[in-house]
Amino acid sequence: MQREPITEIRSRSFALHEHNIDTDQIIPARFLTTTERGALADACFHDWRFDEAGRLNDHPLNAVGTATHAVLIAGDNFGCGSSREHAPWALRDFGVRAVITTRAGDIFKANAANNGLIVAEIDADAHAALLERTGEEVTVSLADMSVTSGNVRAGFSLEPFARTCLIEGHDALGFLLAREDAITRFEQARAA
Amino acid sequence: MESASPSEPRTLFDKLWDSHIVVPESPEAPAMLYVDLHLVHEVTSPQAFAMLDERGLKVRAPHRTFATLDHSTPTTPRRKGERPVYVSPAARAQVERLEENCARHGIPLAGWGSFDRGIVHVMGPELGLTRPGMTIVCGDSHTSTHGAFGALAFGIGTTEVAHVLATQTVLQRKPKTMKVHVDGRLPYGVGAKDLILAIIAKLGAGGAAGHVIEYCGPAIEALSMEGRMTVCNMSIEAGARAGLIAPDEVTFAWLSGREYAPKGAAFEAARLKWKQLRSDKGAHFDREVRLDASRLAPMVTWGASPHMAAPVDATVPRPKTADDRKALAWMGFAPGETLLGEAVHTVFIGSCTNARLSDLREAAFIMAGRHVKPGVRMLVVPGSERVRKAAEAEGLDAIFRTAGAEWREPGCSMCIAMNGDSGRPGELVVSTSNRNFAGRQGPGVRTVLASPATAAAAAVAGAITDPRKMMEMCGAA
Repeated sequence: MQREPITEIRSRSFALHEHNIDTDQIIPARFLTTTERGALADACFHDWRFDEAGRLNDHPLNAVGTATHAVLIAGDNFGCGSSREHAPWALRDFGVRAVITTRAGDIFKANAANNGLIVAEIDADAHAALLERTGEEVTVSLADMSVTSGNVRAGFSLEPFARTCLIEGHDALGFLLAREDAITRFEQARAA
Repeated sequence: MESASPSEPRTLFDKLWDSHIVVPESPEAPAMLYVDLHLVHEVTSPQAFAMLDERGLKVRAPHRTFATLDHSTPTTPRRKGERPVYVSPAARAQVERLEENCARHGIPLAGWGSFDRGIVHVMGPELGLTRPGMTIVCGDSHTSTHGAFGALAFGIGTTEVAHVLATQTVLQRKPKTMKVHVDGRLPYGVGAKDLILAIIAKLGAGGAAGHVIEYCGPAIEALSMEGRMTVCNMSIEAGARAGLIAPDEVTFAWLSGREYAPKGAAFEAARLKWKQLRSDKGAHFDREVRLDASRLAPMVTWGASPHMAAPVDATVPRPKTADDRKALAWMGFAPGETLLGEAVHTVFIGSCTNARLSDLREAAFIMAGRHVKPGVRMLVVPGSERVRKAAEAEGLDAIFRTAGAEWREPGCSMCIAMNGDSGRPGELVVSTSNRNFAGRQGPGVRTVLASPATAAAAAVAGAITDPRKMMEMCGAA
């Protein structure tokens, strides 16, 4: 199915310095009873952003202009923990289009790619330099696989198939379905 | 794609990988891997079925798919015929959606009233659905549990759940391999949970990212199947894609007679094949780590990530990073202090990590003849209907009830705290589950991960306690 092709995200950044931000922080489990998509903006980092009475608190995330700040710079091992795809769903609903980190959880990375969320893993020095520029404009480019902000520039790699899907707006299910013959052959060879 | 020639020594992982390639990986695309068993639960599947509906697709292999209800389901004890009372209309709707989806697509479901129902990672092995040599996926990160049988088992997201429903394949880049070799023997009072917490503490929360771990060595071979499942279950807490243990006689004995396991001559034929499922001598691993089991002690976590773990009688370490400091502030613990004697409000025995019969026996051994400290709440939640029935047949439920604990219905319960079972803000919970993330067991709830023995001892003492003390007393009596 066709999605919006993404070549580049250019936006202001916001930062979460913590390492090992797990998917329970990104979206607490009690919001996982949904059977739908697209209404998880409030659930995103809910327990960081709301007090016990359900009012927005003074967490810096609540000062982020989500329409203008679509790039999240996060600490190491971002998105570790559970496999819930609700994590990239919630980030997208909150307004995040790209996450820049030094390393992200394996399942989170796969889920992000399937939801048009770019995860750019860059080296620690560039990451630190980028954090210094939190709030400034950042360009995350899939064309030349770079993160640029002012004079800070870092390359990143993305699994090539995920990159192609993002750039062309394709999804992986179409790719798999187009190889149905190979699946049938595999099943027949095994049964033989 | 480079694949080892048949004569080249291969790891157990290589063998599992090679035998499931539908389309090999290329620079442009990951491998298409065939999935032998797809386990499904209510939380990570509704949007996947909707993706199939959007395109008018059917489930390709309903007979390779098996569903259960575990995450959103209440565990409150019910009388026969009484209907479950959900935490919210949304939770009920989610369960009903899975019931509808399974009925519509012909997928077997261990639903309400089924004796097969249980936490997905307790149920699969218990029914013999999980077998050596398989590839197993589930929209759940603790799918790594099934690796204890020498199956390549890993968690996937909901979009990938749709991929597997529609095509029985999943796209994967070949991960790296890591060998975790555990020498020696676990000392008395130290179990599989303590071992895996020690391994995660050594590797770090992301230390095994991109890797599949194979656990081996005498201490691993000496573990029961339940212990092996506990170890593999928490592989993801070190960031690993999957955990593996080569199948052996312990594995075959577990499988023999299970509902979906082969029977008679077919079992013997399968056993011969399963015996080949081990890493060849000289097989290459990308990383190797060694541990000595005989030096381990009961472990507890002191922070808000499973790698923040230390022996129960150690002092809280000095923070090395800003995250350590933040975690200690969250827990309310100070560096240099001992956790022994730290007041505990709730104790949870359960989860896909530690809710099998042997886990309940371990906790009951401590509880027998003792009482839960007044003011402490203790929940014991069996991993499945079968575990519950077996435990009740042994009288374990009576031990827990007499001790003042709640004996509940099977489910994920307080591990993920999305069904209404949760701690209260500020409480300290000693939990046999797998994640001590901030607020995982309810907003403001602080979690200490521990073995069933350590958790039970905490319930009795009303404080964090070295369970070996209570075991000695048992022995002396």
